[in-house]
Amino acid sequence: MAETGIGLAHYLVVSGALFTLGCFGIFVNRKNVIVILMSVELILLAVNINLVAFSTHLADLTGQVFALLVLTVAAAEAAIGLAILVTYFRNRGTIAVEDINVMKG
Amino acid sequence: MNPVVSPVPALGPALPEIVIALAALALVLIGALRGDGAKRLIDALALAALAVAALILLDQGPGRLATFNDAFVVDGFARAMKILTLIGSAAAIVLSTRFLVEEKFARFEYTILVLLATIGMMMMASSNELISLYLGVELQSLALYVVAAINRDNAKSSEAGLKYFVLGALSSGMLLYGMSLVYGFTGSVTFPTIAKAVSGAGGTGVMIGLVFIIAGLAFKMSVVPFHMWTPDVYEGAPTPVTAFFATAPKMAAVAMTTRLLIDGFLPVAKDWQPIIAFVAIASMGLGAFAAIGQQNLKRLMAYSSIANMGYALVGLAAGTVQGIEGVIIFMAVYLAMTIGVFAVILAMQANGTRLETIGDLSGAARNHPGLAFVMAVLMFSLIGIPPLAGFFGKFYVFAAAIEAKLFALAVIGMLASAVSAYYYLRIVKVMYFDAPAPAFGRAGPEIRGLMWASAAFVLLFAVVANPIRTMAAAAARSLF
Repeated sequence: MAETGIGLAHYLVVSGALFTLGCFGIFVNRKNVIVILMSVELILLAVNINLVAFSTHLADLTGQVFALLVLTVAAAEAAIGLAILVTYFRNRGTIAVEDINVMKG
Repeated sequence: MNPVVSPVPALGPALPEIVIALAALALVLIGALRGDGAKRLIDALALAALAVAALILLDQGPGRLATFNDAFVVDGFARAMKILTLIGSAAAIVLSTRFLVEEKFARFEYTILVLLATIGMMMMASSNELISLYLGVELQSLALYVVAAINRDNAKSSEAGLKYFVLGALSSGMLLYGMSLVYGFTGSVTFPTIAKAVSGAGGTGVMIGLVFIIAGLAFKMSVVPFHMWTPDVYEGAPTPVTAFFATAPKMAAVAMTTRLLIDGFLPVAKDWQPIIAFVAIASMGLGAFAAIGQQNLKRLMAYSSIANMGYALVGLAAGTVQGIEGVIIFMAVYLAMTIGVFAVILAMQANGTRLETIGDLSGAARNHPGLAFVMAVLMFSLIGIPPLAGFFGKFYVFAAAIEAKLFALAVIGMLASAVSAYYYLRIVKVMYFDAPAPAFGRAGPEIRGLMWASAAFVLLFAVVANPIRTMAAAAARSLF
Protein backbone atom coordinates (compact mmCIF):
# COMPACT_ATOMS: atom_id res chain seq x y z
CA MET A 1 0.00 0.00 0.00
CA ALA A 2 2.84 2.32 0.89
CA GLU A 3 4.11 2.63 -2.73
CA THR A 4 0.84 3.98 -4.04
CA GLY A 5 0.74 6.55 -1.27
CA ILE A 6 -2.64 5.38 -0.07
CA GLY A 7 -2.32 4.19 3.50
CA LEU A 8 -4.52 3.15 6.36
CA ALA A 9 -5.34 6.75 7.21
CA HIS A 10 -6.98 7.32 3.82
CA TYR A 11 -9.27 4.37 4.26
CA LEU A 12 -10.17 5.49 7.75
CA VAL A 13 -11.02 8.97 6.52
CA VAL A 14 -13.25 7.62 3.77
CA SER A 15 -15.01 5.29 6.15
CA GLY A 16 -15.36 8.04 8.75
CA ALA A 17 -16.90 10.29 6.10
CA LEU A 18 -19.32 7.58 5.00
CA PHE A 19 -20.26 6.86 8.61
CA THR A 20 -20.94 10.54 9.27
CA LEU A 21 -23.01 10.78 6.09
CA GLY A 22 -25.02 7.78 7.19
CA CYS A 23 -25.69 9.26 10.63
CA PHE A 24 -26.71 12.60 9.12
CA GLY A 25 -28.89 10.76 6.64
CA ILE A 26 -30.84 9.31 9.55
CA PHE A 27 -31.13 12.45 11.65
CA VAL A 28 -31.41 15.27 9.16
CA ASN A 29 -33.61 13.50 6.63
CA ARG A 30 -37.27 14.50 7.08
CA LYS A 31 -38.64 12.97 3.89
CA ASN A 32 -38.67 9.26 3.54
CA VAL A 33 -38.00 6.13 5.56
CA ILE A 34 -36.38 4.41 2.57
CA VAL A 35 -33.63 7.02 2.75
CA ILE A 36 -33.10 6.01 6.38
CA LEU A 37 -32.71 2.37 5.34
CA MET A 38 -30.14 3.45 2.76
CA SER A 39 -28.30 5.45 5.42
CA VAL A 40 -28.18 2.41 7.68
CA GLU A 41 -26.58 0.44 4.86
CA LEU A 42 -24.10 3.27 4.37
CA ILE A 43 -23.09 3.04 8.02
CA LEU A 44 -22.60 -0.71 7.84
CA LEU A 45 -20.53 -0.42 4.67
CA ALA A 46 -18.39 2.27 6.27
CA VAL A 47 -17.70 -0.19 9.06
CA ASN A 48 -16.76 -2.82 6.51
CA ILE A 49 -14.22 -0.52 4.89
CA ASN A 50 -12.75 0.03 8.33
CA LEU A 51 -12.61 -3.67 9.09
CA VAL A 52 -11.03 -4.67 5.81
CA ALA A 53 -8.52 -1.81 5.91
CA PHE A 54 -7.48 -2.73 9.43
CA SER A 55 -7.37 -6.39 8.49
CA THR A 56 -4.93 -5.68 5.64
CA HIS A 57 -2.93 -3.30 7.77
CA LEU A 58 -2.60 -5.81 10.63
CA ALA A 59 -2.15 -8.77 8.27
CA ASP A 60 -4.84 -10.51 10.33
CA LEU A 61 -7.82 -12.24 8.72
CA THR A 62 -10.21 -11.70 11.63
CA GLY A 63 -11.33 -8.35 10.28
CA GLN A 64 -12.32 -9.82 6.93
CA VAL A 65 -14.27 -12.60 8.61
CA PHE A 66 -16.00 -9.94 10.66
CA ALA A 67 -16.78 -7.96 7.48
CA LEU A 68 -18.36 -11.02 5.86
CA LEU A 69 -20.57 -11.55 8.90
CA VAL A 70 -21.53 -7.89 8.89
CA LEU A 71 -22.59 -8.18 5.24
CA THR A 72 -24.81 -11.14 6.09
CA VAL A 73 -26.42 -9.40 9.01
CA ALA A 74 -26.88 -6.23 6.93
CA ALA A 75 -28.86 -8.21 4.38
CA ALA A 76 -31.09 -9.68 7.09
CA GLU A 77 -31.53 -6.26 8.64
CA ALA A 78 -32.56 -4.69 5.33
CA ALA A 79 -35.09 -7.47 4.73
CA ILE A 80 -36.67 -7.03 8.14
CA GLY A 81 -36.62 -3.26 7.84
CA LEU A 82 -38.44 -3.33 4.53
CA ALA A 83 -40.96 -5.85 5.88
CA ILE A 84 -41.78 -3.62 8.84
CA LEU A 85 -41.97 -0.64 6.49
CA VAL A 86 -44.50 -2.47 4.30
CA THR A 87 -46.77 -3.25 7.28
CA TYR A 88 -46.44 0.36 8.36
CA PHE A 89 -47.36 1.61 4.90
CA ARG A 90 -50.42 -0.66 4.81
CA ASN A 91 -51.66 0.85 8.06
CA ARG A 92 -50.91 4.50 7.43
CA GLY A 93 -50.63 4.85 3.66
CA THR A 94 -47.47 6.94 3.97
CA ILE A 95 -43.80 6.47 4.72
CA ALA A 96 -42.90 10.12 5.19
CA VAL A 97 -40.78 10.58 8.30
CA GLU A 98 -42.88 13.56 9.42
CA ASP A 99 -45.98 11.40 9.58
CA ILE A 100 -44.54 8.83 11.98
CA ASN A 101 -46.21 10.51 14.90
CA VAL A 102 -49.16 8.50 16.24
CA MET A 103 -47.19 8.49 19.46
CA LYS A 104 -45.45 11.71 20.31
CA GLY A 105 -41.88 11.47 21.42
CA MET B 1 -1.50 -16.66 16.37
CA ASN B 2 -3.58 -19.64 15.33
CA PRO B 3 -3.70 -22.49 17.83
CA VAL B 4 -4.47 -25.94 16.51
CA VAL B 5 -8.21 -25.92 16.06
CA SER B 6 -10.16 -29.11 16.51
CA PRO B 7 -12.55 -29.69 13.61
CA VAL B 8 -15.64 -29.62 15.81
CA PRO B 9 -15.67 -27.23 18.77
CA ALA B 10 -17.01 -28.51 22.07
CA LEU B 11 -20.76 -27.96 21.95
CA GLY B 12 -21.41 -28.74 25.61
CA PRO B 13 -21.13 -25.19 26.97
CA ALA B 14 -23.56 -23.90 24.34
CA LEU B 15 -26.04 -26.73 24.86
CA PRO B 16 -28.81 -24.48 26.33
CA GLU B 17 -28.68 -22.24 23.24
CA ILE B 18 -28.61 -25.25 20.95
CA VAL B 19 -31.64 -26.76 22.66
CA ILE B 20 -33.60 -23.53 22.23
CA ALA B 21 -32.48 -23.17 18.60
CA LEU B 22 -33.57 -26.71 17.76
CA ALA B 23 -36.84 -26.15 19.60
CA ALA B 24 -37.44 -22.96 17.61
CA LEU B 25 -36.84 -24.81 14.33
CA ALA B 26 -39.14 -27.66 15.33
CA LEU B 27 -41.83 -25.22 16.44
CA VAL B 28 -41.68 -23.33 13.14
CA LEU B 29 -42.39 -26.66 11.48
CA ILE B 30 -45.29 -27.44 13.81
CA GLY B 31 -46.64 -23.94 13.26
CA ALA B 32 -46.35 -24.23 9.49
CA LEU B 33 -48.16 -27.57 9.45
CA ARG B 34 -50.87 -26.86 12.03
CA GLY B 35 -51.32 -23.10 11.59
CA ASP B 36 -52.13 -20.55 14.26
CA GLY B 37 -54.44 -23.05 15.96
CA ALA B 38 -51.35 -24.75 17.35
CA LYS B 39 -50.35 -21.67 19.33
CA ARG B 40 -51.20 -23.25 22.69
CA LEU B 41 -49.13 -26.34 21.93
CA ILE B 42 -46.27 -24.21 20.64
CA ASP B 43 -46.35 -22.02 23.74
CA ALA B 44 -46.21 -25.08 25.98
CA LEU B 45 -43.34 -26.62 24.05
CA ALA B 46 -41.46 -23.32 24.00
CA LEU B 47 -41.80 -23.01 27.77
CA ALA B 48 -40.56 -26.59 28.08
CA ALA B 49 -37.53 -25.74 25.93
CA LEU B 50 -36.74 -22.71 28.09
CA ALA B 51 -37.06 -24.86 31.21
CA VAL B 52 -34.76 -27.51 29.75
CA ALA B 53 -32.22 -24.82 28.89
CA ALA B 54 -32.38 -23.48 32.44
CA LEU B 55 -31.91 -26.98 33.88
CA ILE B 56 -28.88 -27.59 31.66
CA LEU B 57 -27.43 -24.27 32.84
CA LEU B 58 -27.95 -25.23 36.48
CA ASP B 59 -26.47 -28.65 35.81
CA GLN B 60 -23.26 -27.19 34.40
CA GLY B 61 -21.85 -26.55 37.85
CA PRO B 62 -20.03 -23.43 38.97
CA GLY B 63 -16.91 -23.69 36.79
CA ARG B 64 -15.89 -21.65 33.76
CA LEU B 65 -16.41 -23.31 30.39
CA ALA B 66 -15.18 -21.91 27.11
CA THR B 67 -15.68 -23.05 23.55
CA PHE B 68 -15.57 -21.84 19.93
CA ASN B 69 -11.97 -20.67 20.36
CA ASP B 70 -12.90 -18.77 23.52
CA ALA B 71 -15.52 -16.74 21.68
CA PHE B 72 -18.18 -18.19 23.96
CA VAL B 73 -17.67 -18.54 27.70
CA VAL B 74 -20.04 -19.78 30.36
CA ASP B 75 -19.06 -18.67 33.84
CA GLY B 76 -21.04 -17.94 36.99
CA PHE B 77 -21.94 -14.47 35.74
CA ALA B 78 -23.16 -15.69 32.36
CA ARG B 79 -25.19 -18.42 34.06
CA ALA B 80 -26.85 -15.99 36.47
CA MET B 81 -27.78 -13.52 33.73
CA LYS B 82 -28.95 -16.31 31.42
CA ILE B 83 -31.26 -17.70 34.09
CA LEU B 84 -32.73 -14.21 34.56
CA THR B 85 -33.12 -13.86 30.78
CA LEU B 86 -34.87 -17.21 30.57
CA ILE B 87 -37.27 -16.20 33.35
CA GLY B 88 -38.06 -12.98 31.50
CA SER B 89 -38.67 -14.78 28.21
CA ALA B 90 -40.85 -17.41 29.86
CA ALA B 91 -42.89 -14.67 31.52
CA ALA B 92 -43.30 -12.95 28.14
CA ILE B 93 -44.71 -16.15 26.65
CA VAL B 94 -46.98 -16.87 29.61
CA LEU B 95 -48.35 -13.32 29.64
CA SER B 96 -49.01 -13.39 25.90
CA THR B 97 -51.08 -16.56 25.46
CA ARG B 98 -54.46 -15.09 26.36
CA PHE B 99 -53.71 -11.54 25.22
CA LEU B 100 -52.85 -12.48 21.65
CA VAL B 101 -56.02 -14.57 21.31
CA GLU B 102 -58.23 -11.84 22.77
CA GLU B 103 -56.68 -9.16 20.61
CA LYS B 104 -57.09 -11.41 17.56
CA PHE B 105 -53.51 -11.68 16.42
CA ALA B 106 -52.71 -15.09 17.86
CA ARG B 107 -49.77 -15.79 15.57
CA PHE B 108 -47.54 -18.67 16.51
CA GLU B 109 -44.56 -16.70 15.21
CA TYR B 110 -44.62 -14.58 18.34
CA THR B 111 -43.44 -17.44 20.53
CA ILE B 112 -40.80 -18.52 18.05
CA LEU B 113 -39.44 -14.99 17.73
CA VAL B 114 -39.24 -14.78 21.51
CA LEU B 115 -37.22 -18.00 21.49
CA LEU B 116 -34.88 -16.70 18.79
CA ALA B 117 -34.41 -13.42 20.66
CA THR B 118 -33.64 -15.46 23.77
CA ILE B 119 -30.84 -17.30 21.98
CA GLY B 120 -29.38 -13.94 20.97
CA MET B 121 -29.63 -12.67 24.53
CA MET B 122 -27.94 -15.76 25.92
CA MET B 123 -25.15 -15.30 23.39
CA MET B 124 -24.80 -11.70 24.51
CA ALA B 125 -24.33 -12.83 28.11
CA SER B 126 -21.73 -15.40 27.05
CA SER B 127 -19.79 -13.69 24.29
CA ASN B 128 -16.16 -13.13 25.07
CA GLU B 129 -15.34 -11.57 21.75
CA LEU B 130 -16.60 -8.70 19.60
CA ILE B 131 -17.84 -10.85 16.70
CA SER B 132 -19.95 -13.20 18.79
CA LEU B 133 -21.15 -10.20 20.77
CA TYR B 134 -22.30 -8.48 17.58
CA LEU B 135 -24.01 -11.60 16.27
CA GLY B 136 -25.78 -12.08 19.59
CA VAL B 137 -26.95 -8.47 19.60
CA GLU B 138 -28.24 -8.72 16.05
CA LEU B 139 -30.01 -12.04 16.60
CA GLN B 140 -31.77 -10.47 19.54
CA SER B 141 -32.51 -7.15 17.86
CA LEU B 142 -33.78 -8.53 14.56
CA ALA B 143 -36.23 -10.78 16.42
CA LEU B 144 -37.30 -7.91 18.69
CA TYR B 145 -38.00 -5.51 15.77
CA VAL B 146 -40.47 -8.00 14.37
CA VAL B 147 -41.99 -8.75 17.78
CA ALA B 148 -42.63 -5.03 18.31
CA ALA B 149 -44.60 -4.91 15.04
CA ILE B 150 -46.26 -8.29 15.57
CA ASN B 151 -49.76 -6.77 15.64
CA ARG B 152 -49.35 -5.80 12.03
CA ASP B 153 -52.85 -4.45 11.49
CA ASN B 154 -52.44 -1.95 14.28
CA ALA B 155 -50.98 1.44 13.40
CA LYS B 156 -49.39 1.90 16.81
CA SER B 157 -47.72 -1.49 16.82
CA SER B 158 -46.23 -1.11 13.36
CA GLU B 159 -45.10 2.40 14.18
CA ALA B 160 -43.41 1.06 17.31
CA GLY B 161 -41.71 -1.59 15.19
CA LEU B 162 -40.54 0.98 12.65
CA LYS B 163 -39.17 3.36 15.27
CA TYR B 164 -37.45 0.56 17.11
CA PHE B 165 -35.96 -0.71 13.88
CA VAL B 166 -34.58 2.62 12.71
CA LEU B 167 -33.00 3.53 16.04
CA GLY B 168 -31.90 -0.03 16.72
CA ALA B 169 -30.18 -0.26 13.33
CA LEU B 170 -28.45 3.06 13.98
CA SER B 171 -27.27 1.82 17.36
CA SER B 172 -25.98 -1.41 15.83
CA GLY B 173 -24.08 0.71 13.33
CA MET B 174 -22.49 2.77 16.09
CA LEU B 175 -21.65 -0.35 18.08
CA LEU B 176 -20.08 -1.87 15.01
CA TYR B 177 -18.10 1.24 14.11
CA GLY B 178 -16.69 1.27 17.62
CA MET B 179 -15.86 -2.41 17.36
CA SER B 180 -14.00 -1.87 14.08
CA LEU B 181 -11.90 0.87 15.69
CA VAL B 182 -11.16 -1.24 18.75
CA TYR B 183 -10.19 -4.15 16.50
CA GLY B 184 -7.97 -1.93 14.41
CA PHE B 185 -6.14 -0.26 17.28
CA THR B 186 -5.74 -3.32 19.51
CA GLY B 187 -5.35 -5.92 16.75
CA SER B 188 -7.75 -8.33 18.34
CA VAL B 189 -11.43 -8.98 18.88
CA THR B 190 -11.26 -11.17 22.00
CA PHE B 191 -11.77 -9.42 25.33
CA PRO B 192 -8.72 -10.79 27.21
CA THR B 193 -6.40 -9.82 24.35
CA ILE B 194 -8.00 -6.39 24.13
CA ALA B 195 -7.49 -5.99 27.88
CA LYS B 196 -3.82 -6.87 27.45
CA ALA B 197 -3.46 -4.47 24.51
CA VAL B 198 -5.01 -1.51 26.33
CA SER B 199 -3.29 -2.15 29.65
CA GLY B 200 -0.18 -0.20 28.65
CA ALA B 201 -1.75 2.93 27.23
CA GLY B 202 -5.29 3.12 25.91
CA GLY B 203 -4.57 5.33 22.92
CA THR B 204 -7.02 7.72 21.32
CA GLY B 205 -8.22 5.30 18.67
CA VAL B 206 -9.28 2.69 21.21
CA MET B 207 -10.96 5.33 23.34
CA ILE B 208 -12.99 6.67 20.42
CA GLY B 209 -13.94 3.09 19.61
CA LEU B 210 -14.93 2.44 23.20
CA VAL B 211 -17.12 5.54 23.27
CA PHE B 212 -18.92 4.39 20.12
CA ILE B 213 -19.37 0.92 21.63
CA ILE B 214 -20.77 2.38 24.84
CA ALA B 215 -23.15 4.53 22.79
CA GLY B 216 -24.39 1.44 20.97
CA LEU B 217 -24.78 -0.48 24.20
CA ALA B 218 -26.58 2.47 25.80
CA PHE B 219 -29.19 2.22 23.02
CA LYS B 220 -29.70 -1.45 23.79
CA MET B 221 -30.02 -0.76 27.52
CA SER B 222 -32.19 2.32 26.78
CA VAL B 223 -30.26 4.73 28.96
CA VAL B 224 -29.83 8.48 28.48
CA PRO B 225 -28.82 9.95 26.05
CA PHE B 226 -29.99 7.07 23.84
CA HIS B 227 -33.34 6.44 25.47
CA MET B 228 -35.70 8.35 23.17
CA TRP B 229 -37.10 5.26 21.48
CA THR B 230 -38.17 3.66 24.74
CA PRO B 231 -41.42 5.46 25.64
CA ASP B 232 -42.83 5.27 22.10
CA VAL B 233 -41.90 1.63 21.57
CA TYR B 234 -43.20 0.62 25.01
CA GLU B 235 -46.49 2.41 24.42
CA GLY B 236 -47.00 1.22 20.87
CA ALA B 237 -46.03 -2.43 21.22
CA PRO B 238 -48.66 -4.90 22.48
CA THR B 239 -48.49 -5.12 26.28
CA PRO B 240 -46.93 -8.63 26.57
CA VAL B 241 -44.28 -7.48 24.10
CA THR B 242 -43.62 -4.41 26.24
CA ALA B 243 -43.29 -6.70 29.25
CA PHE B 244 -40.77 -8.71 27.26
CA PHE B 245 -38.81 -5.61 26.20
CA ALA B 246 -38.67 -4.36 29.77
CA THR B 247 -37.29 -7.61 31.17
CA ALA B 248 -35.22 -10.13 29.22
CA PRO B 249 -33.35 -7.82 26.77
CA LYS B 250 -32.33 -5.56 29.66
CA MET B 251 -30.77 -8.51 31.46
CA ALA B 252 -28.79 -9.42 28.36
CA ALA B 253 -27.78 -5.83 27.56
CA VAL B 254 -26.53 -5.22 31.08
CA ALA B 255 -24.75 -8.59 31.05
CA MET B 256 -22.89 -7.87 27.82
CA THR B 257 -22.00 -4.32 28.83
CA THR B 258 -20.63 -5.63 32.12
CA ARG B 259 -18.58 -8.37 30.52
CA LEU B 260 -17.24 -6.08 27.81
CA LEU B 261 -16.19 -3.36 30.22
CA ILE B 262 -14.84 -5.64 32.95
CA ASP B 263 -13.20 -8.37 30.86
CA GLY B 264 -12.14 -6.22 27.94
CA PHE B 265 -11.52 -2.75 29.32
CA LEU B 266 -10.83 -3.07 33.04
CA PRO B 267 -7.26 -1.70 32.60
CA VAL B 268 -8.73 1.57 31.34
CA ALA B 269 -11.50 1.67 33.94
CA LYS B 270 -10.46 5.22 34.83
CA ASP B 271 -11.48 6.28 31.33
CA TRP B 272 -14.90 4.63 31.09
CA GLN B 273 -15.98 5.10 34.68
CA PRO B 274 -16.88 8.79 34.20
CA ILE B 275 -18.88 7.94 31.05
CA ILE B 276 -20.86 5.23 32.81
CA ALA B 277 -21.32 7.47 35.86
CA PHE B 278 -22.64 10.29 33.66
CA VAL B 279 -25.00 7.96 31.83
CA ALA B 280 -26.22 6.57 35.15
CA ILE B 281 -26.87 10.02 36.61
CA ALA B 282 -28.61 11.27 33.49
CA SER B 283 -30.79 8.15 33.28
CA MET B 284 -31.81 8.26 36.93
CA GLY B 285 -32.60 11.95 36.64
CA LEU B 286 -34.55 11.75 33.40
CA GLY B 287 -36.39 8.63 34.50
CA ALA B 288 -37.41 10.34 37.72
CA PHE B 289 -38.57 13.65 36.24
CA ALA B 290 -39.99 12.67 32.85
CA ALA B 291 -42.25 10.01 34.35
CA ILE B 292 -44.05 12.53 36.52
CA GLY B 293 -46.40 13.78 33.82
CA GLN B 294 -47.22 10.40 32.30
CA GLN B 295 -50.77 9.06 32.31
CA ASN B 296 -50.18 5.90 30.31
CA LEU B 297 -48.86 3.10 32.53
CA LYS B 298 -46.76 1.57 29.76
CA ARG B 299 -45.12 4.92 29.07
CA LEU B 300 -44.59 5.38 32.78
CA MET B 301 -42.93 1.97 32.98
CA ALA B 302 -40.68 3.00 30.07
CA TYR B 303 -39.35 5.94 32.07
CA SER B 304 -39.19 3.75 35.14
CA SER B 305 -37.06 1.26 33.23
CA ILE B 306 -34.75 4.06 32.06
CA ALA B 307 -34.28 5.13 35.68
CA ASN B 308 -33.76 1.53 36.81
CA MET B 309 -31.09 0.92 34.18
CA GLY B 310 -29.43 4.03 35.58
CA TYR B 311 -29.38 2.42 39.04
CA ALA B 312 -27.92 -0.77 37.59
CA LEU B 313 -25.16 1.26 35.92
CA VAL B 314 -24.26 2.79 39.30
CA GLY B 315 -23.01 -0.66 40.31
CA LEU B 316 -21.16 -1.05 37.02
CA ALA B 317 -19.55 2.38 37.38
CA ALA B 318 -18.01 1.17 40.63
CA GLY B 319 -16.21 -1.45 38.54
CA THR B 320 -15.60 -3.70 41.56
CA VAL B 321 -16.69 -7.23 42.47
CA GLN B 322 -19.12 -5.66 44.91
CA GLY B 323 -20.51 -3.42 42.21
CA ILE B 324 -21.14 -6.30 39.82
CA GLU B 325 -22.71 -8.26 42.66
CA GLY B 326 -25.02 -5.31 43.20
CA VAL B 327 -25.84 -5.22 39.48
CA ILE B 328 -26.83 -8.90 39.48
CA ILE B 329 -29.05 -8.54 42.56
CA PHE B 330 -30.56 -5.34 41.23
CA MET B 331 -31.37 -6.91 37.86
CA ALA B 332 -32.96 -9.94 39.54
CA VAL B 333 -35.15 -7.69 41.69
CA TYR B 334 -35.97 -5.42 38.73
CA LEU B 335 -36.99 -8.47 36.70
CA ALA B 336 -39.38 -9.69 39.39
CA MET B 337 -40.95 -6.26 39.92
CA THR B 338 -41.35 -5.53 36.22
CA ILE B 339 -43.02 -8.86 35.50
CA GLY B 340 -45.41 -8.14 38.36
CA VAL B 341 -46.29 -4.64 37.17
CA PHE B 342 -46.94 -5.83 33.63
CA ALA B 343 -49.08 -8.69 34.93
CA VAL B 344 -51.17 -6.05 36.71
CA ILE B 345 -51.38 -3.92 33.55
CA LEU B 346 -52.49 -7.01 31.60
CA ALA B 347 -55.13 -7.71 34.23
CA MET B 348 -56.67 -4.30 33.51
CA GLN B 349 -59.37 -4.88 30.95
CA ALA B 350 -63.10 -4.35 30.82
CA ASN B 351 -65.54 -5.61 28.17
CA GLY B 352 -62.76 -6.52 25.80
CA THR B 353 -61.00 -3.14 25.90
CA ARG B 354 -57.52 -2.93 27.29
CA LEU B 355 -57.04 -0.22 29.87
CA GLU B 356 -53.62 1.22 30.37
CA THR B 357 -53.86 4.63 32.01
CA ILE B 358 -53.38 5.48 35.67
CA GLY B 359 -56.93 6.83 35.77
CA ASP B 360 -58.27 3.36 34.98
CA LEU B 361 -56.77 2.14 38.27
CA SER B 362 -58.87 4.70 40.14
CA GLY B 363 -60.36 3.18 43.28
CA ALA B 364 -59.12 -0.27 42.31
CA ALA B 365 -58.69 -1.06 46.01
CA ARG B 366 -62.50 -1.11 46.36
CA ASN B 367 -63.24 -3.38 43.37
CA HIS B 368 -60.06 -5.45 43.29
CA PRO B 369 -58.35 -5.45 46.67
CA GLY B 370 -55.93 -8.18 45.60
CA LEU B 371 -54.78 -6.42 42.46
CA ALA B 372 -54.46 -3.09 44.26
CA PHE B 373 -52.46 -4.73 47.04
CA VAL B 374 -50.04 -6.34 44.59
CA MET B 375 -49.62 -3.07 42.67
CA ALA B 376 -49.08 -1.11 45.90
CA VAL B 377 -46.43 -3.59 47.08
CA LEU B 378 -44.67 -3.35 43.71
CA MET B 379 -44.81 0.45 43.73
CA PHE B 380 -43.34 0.62 47.24
CA SER B 381 -40.67 -1.82 46.15
CA LEU B 382 -39.86 0.28 43.07
CA ILE B 383 -39.42 3.29 45.34
CA GLY B 384 -37.04 1.20 47.43
CA ILE B 385 -38.82 1.04 50.78
CA PRO B 386 -37.37 -1.55 53.17
CA PRO B 387 -37.90 -4.45 53.71
CA LEU B 388 -39.16 -4.94 50.14
CA ALA B 389 -36.95 -6.36 47.40
CA GLY B 390 -36.43 -3.00 45.67
CA PHE B 391 -34.68 -1.67 48.75
CA PHE B 392 -32.06 -4.42 48.66
CA GLY B 393 -31.50 -4.00 44.94
CA LYS B 394 -30.73 -0.30 45.36
CA PHE B 395 -28.89 -0.81 48.64
CA TYR B 396 -26.26 -3.10 47.15
CA VAL B 397 -25.51 -0.91 44.12
CA PHE B 398 -25.31 2.26 46.19
CA ALA B 399 -23.18 0.53 48.83
CA ALA B 400 -20.77 -0.54 46.10
CA ALA B 401 -20.67 3.01 44.71
CA ILE B 402 -19.85 4.41 48.15
CA GLU B 403 -17.20 1.75 48.67
CA ALA B 404 -15.66 2.82 45.35
CA LYS B 405 -15.70 6.45 46.56
CA LEU B 406 -18.31 7.51 44.01
CA PHE B 407 -20.20 9.55 46.60
CA ALA B 408 -21.81 12.00 44.17
CA LEU B 409 -23.21 9.11 42.14
CA ALA B 410 -24.75 7.45 45.20
CA VAL B 411 -26.22 10.70 46.55
CA ILE B 412 -27.74 11.71 43.20
CA GLY B 413 -29.14 8.19 42.85
CA MET B 414 -30.87 8.43 46.18
CA LEU B 415 -32.26 11.88 45.36
CA ALA B 416 -33.58 10.61 42.03
CA SER B 417 -35.11 7.70 43.89
CA ALA B 418 -36.87 10.15 46.20
CA VAL B 419 -38.23 12.12 43.23
CA SER B 420 -39.50 8.97 41.56
CA ALA B 421 -41.39 8.15 44.76
CA TYR B 422 -43.81 10.88 43.68
CA TYR B 423 -45.19 9.07 40.65
CA TYR B 424 -45.10 5.63 42.20
CA LEU B 425 -46.99 6.89 45.24
CA ARG B 426 -49.48 8.70 43.01
CA ILE B 427 -50.53 5.31 41.62
CA VAL B 428 -51.04 4.01 45.17
CA LYS B 429 -53.04 7.12 46.04
CA VAL B 430 -55.23 6.80 42.95
CA MET B 431 -55.94 3.14 43.73
CA TYR B 432 -56.74 3.63 47.40
CA PHE B 433 -58.26 7.08 47.75
CA ASP B 434 -59.98 7.97 44.46
CA ALA B 435 -63.56 7.24 43.47
CA PRO B 436 -63.82 3.77 41.91
CA ALA B 437 -63.71 3.49 38.13
CA PRO B 438 -65.69 0.68 36.44
CA ALA B 439 -64.49 -2.75 37.57
CA PHE B 440 -62.18 -4.84 35.39
CA GLY B 441 -63.05 -8.21 33.93
CA ARG B 442 -61.57 -11.30 35.55
CA ALA B 443 -57.94 -11.84 34.60
CA GLY B 444 -56.64 -15.23 33.52
CA PRO B 445 -55.14 -17.56 36.14
CA GLU B 446 -51.63 -17.28 34.67
CA ILE B 447 -51.71 -13.49 34.96
CA ARG B 448 -52.94 -13.63 38.56
CA GLY B 449 -50.33 -16.29 39.28
CA LEU B 450 -47.47 -14.14 38.00
CA MET B 451 -48.87 -11.11 39.83
CA TRP B 452 -48.89 -12.89 43.17
CA ALA B 453 -45.60 -14.69 42.57
CA SER B 454 -43.94 -11.35 41.94
CA ALA B 455 -45.56 -9.77 45.00
CA ALA B 456 -44.51 -12.76 47.13
CA PHE B 457 -40.93 -12.49 45.87
CA VAL B 458 -40.86 -8.78 46.61
CA LEU B 459 -42.33 -9.24 50.11
CA LEU B 460 -40.20 -12.21 51.11
CA PHE B 461 -36.94 -11.11 49.52
CA ALA B 462 -35.51 -10.13 52.90
CA VAL B 463 -35.71 -13.78 53.97
CA VAL B 464 -33.73 -15.06 50.99
CA ALA B 465 -31.50 -11.99 50.60
CA ASN B 466 -28.46 -13.71 52.08
CA PRO B 467 -28.36 -16.84 49.89
CA ILE B 468 -29.10 -14.69 46.82
CA ARG B 469 -26.28 -12.39 47.82
CA THR B 470 -23.88 -15.30 48.17
CA MET B 471 -24.84 -16.57 44.73
CA ALA B 472 -24.50 -13.11 43.18
CA ALA B 473 -21.12 -12.63 44.83
CA ALA B 474 -19.85 -15.93 43.41
CA ALA B 475 -21.19 -14.96 39.98
CA ALA B 476 -19.57 -11.53 40.17
CA ARG B 477 -16.20 -12.98 41.22
CA SER B 478 -16.19 -15.23 38.14
CA LEU B 479 -15.79 -12.11 35.98
CA PHE B 480 -12.60 -10.86 37.56
